[in-house]
Amino acid sequence: MSKFQFPESIRSRPVYGTLQAHPGKSHLMIADSEGAEAILDLAQRKNGLMVNSHIIFIPKGTDFGKSLQALNPAQYYEGPSYPAALTRIQRVLADAAMGLQIYLSGTEGLMGQAQNEAMKAGYDHTAIQTEHRGSVARRMQCVHCKGITEDVIMDPFQCIHCGLNLFVRDHYSRRLAAYQAVCIDAEDPGNVPPSVELYS
Amino acid sequence: MNVPPPNSTAPKSTGAKKIAVTVSAIVRLNSLVTRFEFKRCDGELFPTFSGGAHTVVEMQDGDIKRRNPYSLVSDPAEREMFAISVRRDDEGRGGSLYLHEKAQVGDQMRISFPVNLFSLDLRARKHLFIAGGIGITPFIAQIKQLDRTHGNWELHYACRNVELGSYVDELTTKYAHCVKVYYDENGQAIDLKRLLDGQPIGTHLYVCGPKGMINWVCKAATDAGWPDAHVHNEEFLAPKPGRPFAVRLAKSGLNLEVGEHESLLEAIERLGVEAPYLCRGGACGQCETNVVESEGTFVHRDHWLEDDEKACGTKIMPCVSRFEGKTLVLDR
Amino acid sequence: MTIQFNDETFRDDYSFKNSQRAIDRFPFPFHEDSYMYSVNMEQHQGGPSDSIYEKRFDVDEHYVAEMRDRAMVLADDPLRCQSLPHMTLAGWDLLELIMVSKSEDYPALFELHRDGDNWHWINKPLGIDDHFVFMDETTLPYGPMEYITRQTQGDFCVLDQRDENLWMDAGMITTQADWSLDFDIGMNFFEWHAPVPLAHEKGIFIRALKFLLSIQQGAPARRLNWTMTVNPLLDTSPENYHKWGIQKTSVTPKNLGSKQHLRVELQTFFRLPRSNALVFPIRCYLISFQDIVSKVKWGRRLHRVIRDLPEELATYKGFIDNRPMMLEFLSKYDDGLETSFGVWPEEGTEPPLQK
Repeated sequence: MSKFQFPESIRSRPVYGTLQAHPGKSHLMIADSEGAEAILDLAQRKNGLMVNSHIIFIPKGTDFGKSLQALNPAQYYEGPSYPAALTRIQRVLADAAMGLQIYLSGTEGLMGQAQNEAMKAGYDHTAIQTEHRGSVARRMQCVHCKGITEDVIMDPFQCIHCGLNLFVRDHYSRRLAAYQAVCIDAEDPGNVPPSVELYS
Repeated sequence: MNVPPPNSTAPKSTGAKKIAVTVSAIVRLNSLVTRFEFKRCDGELFPTFSGGAHTVVEMQDGDIKRRNPYSLVSDPAEREMFAISVRRDDEGRGGSLYLHEKAQVGDQMRISFPVNLFSLDLRARKHLFIAGGIGITPFIAQIKQLDRTHGNWELHYACRNVELGSYVDELTTKYAHCVKVYYDENGQAIDLKRLLDGQPIGTHLYVCGPKGMINWVCKAATDAGWPDAHVHNEEFLAPKPGRPFAVRLAKSGLNLEVGEHESLLEAIERLGVEAPYLCRGGACGQCETNVVESEGTFVHRDHWLEDDEKACGTKIMPCVSRFEGKTLVLDR
Repeated sequence: MTIQFNDETFRDDYSFKNSQRAIDRFPFPFHEDSYMYSVNMEQHQGGPSDSIYEKRFDVDEHYVAEMRDRAMVLADDPLRCQSLPHMTLAGWDLLELIMVSKSEDYPALFELHRDGDNWHWINKPLGIDDHFVFMDETTLPYGPMEYITRQTQGDFCVLDQRDENLWMDAGMITTQADWSLDFDIGMNFFEWHAPVPLAHEKGIFIRALKFLLSIQQGAPARRLNWTMTVNPLLDTSPENYHKWGIQKTSVTPKNLGSKQHLRVELQTFFRLPRSNALVFPIRCYLISFQDIVSKVKWGRRLHRVIRDLPEELATYKGFIDNRPMMLEFLSKYDDGLETSFGVWPEEGTEPPLQK
């Protein structure tokens, strides 16, 4: 099962929903790994949606690609990583017209970054639908060196850029598409509690 | 004027700060619409404002003090003068008739500092304005603001006929390539479906006009997949006349009768009870008042309360809403 | 009055100090012997003569030194000042508000001469004399918000108003109480306050937002907020927390009176006319515990407030570990006598310390 019920949290933490087909001129769907399942569910609920749809999928080792292709979208692209897909996403958004529907599904890191691209293109964040599937790992920004550490699953963790010991906060920035990580042993250097898995 | 209630540290203002003004010019734009210009009595400069802002004009019409909101149509950067355009409403309660028939150059009035409940979304890559009739007024100042800041905009303006096209000449002369005018009586209509199709991502849509037009544009935008956050509308409600009704103000310990041609808010003010307000048009939420007791039917006309709040009858917006029934007691 | 500007530092040797005048006019934030969140807004339309509330933007003896500290923070980390692209107009609004206010309120220190859009600004304490064209960014060395807030004490949040909410879309934040502009920029009112405990449950933020959304041109408002800081350190940013956090452990019973500082924020709110944005200046005033207890009423009261503060708040404000030591110090200045209501020290009428 790829769905996870996030515990209730503070107001800046994003809340994800279930993708709903909305009327629109065209439909852009961006998903990674198990996020493909949310697109498959969406397609099943709404006949004919794929005629004007463009799917961008990053499999991350999963094999949903064939099923997505079988939906017969107007355009289908499979990329090896989000950074590899990024310029394509930017190109699609740059030319988009009002009425475009944007659907994001999969990990928080993918949805956050793609949402950010849509915002930069001029879309209000409330106009973008999201559905979480798969890994609950987080994209973290070190508040000290500003470096991003992807796919963080343990708390505390070490910043891959500056090496500080960081704890994971629920405070989330849409603009950075990341949660905030803060030094855990600033007041008592070296005193770092053992790491535990998020939500465990 | 504004006496702060005891036991409260929060400023309780009954409206935005006021400016004493003199009517400096009255210009008839056509058979329905007249433009009024004001200068400050104290010789100071007016504050600047943002396009889409309104001012509440206070008029002493005999025994009645009228307070009507009007969009500012002067240039937001112009500090010497403020201007409004008023459409004559023969069915209304008299504010516009007072201005059209009684106001004279040289009259002194009080107007409020500008308040904006219909401001531009400055993130927009493009501003698409749709106006119907007198709904052109907020866009006049917004266009002047965007002109100054090199904004990207386009106006589609529907009027009944050539004679009633307020500001058409000015707009089409100065901004020929950004303005398109449609005359109903010539069978011209905005091709909305086509207009909404193909606007670049990041466009914001603004509509101001009669209720039917607002609903038509908002629905078309939703059907075309436009996000709600990109669609803005302003409908100023004027309080409608209605059957007189009785009210008790619990805190003040006063009973009053709301007349056919006055709003509940005006009746409360008539008794000298200060009640907060900003727009007097059911939009800003400032005058929200708790209902202590009621037996009868509410006539909710505001855009502020949620449907469930309207249904349960515990709140009323006295600027535009009324009551029909036996008992109404307010926490005021 | 003429202000003697202090030559002092807010880092390294911490030579910051308050003169007797600065202590006398310190904005002590507790009007009674206990504290809980409240919206506690009032109009910002002047105040008692020589109080920090008197002028729209208070300029005091720390002005020049604070501006020097701000320049150092920005040189180290330019991300402390950011403005999203749609906020430039609000930046001009802010520049106009501050220049007009300061030149009217402190004519001996600041001058503004306007000839249409050609403006001439003179800031005597900082030795600035610039001619520029209003609304033309190319004629200033920085963007309008950065230019004027490099010359004005306090942090500045510039909030865009849309969809019945306020959005932190620009700011100059170098003296913050442990929050990051770079992280929070673009958030709405509820999001940037998300980490604050207890207040959401009490509905404080809903009421506060409703109040702020209706602030009108010409009718600014203000409130106080407070926290604690070890050493007179202005830049208590999360960015540098791994550097300054350790200073919290340097407090001893012996040095607490001089090292531990109460940090009070005068928060004001002005509607900006051209952009319909709201500016939210957060002016920080620091005072050492030993200077606070020089006012008998403040000493008594601060002890009671700190003692009875809920644990969540002491944790959020970052002094839970040092609270016992703070109480040990403050208890010496609390004889249990009643205090009069209100924030003022009432030196003529408050009974002397019975200890």
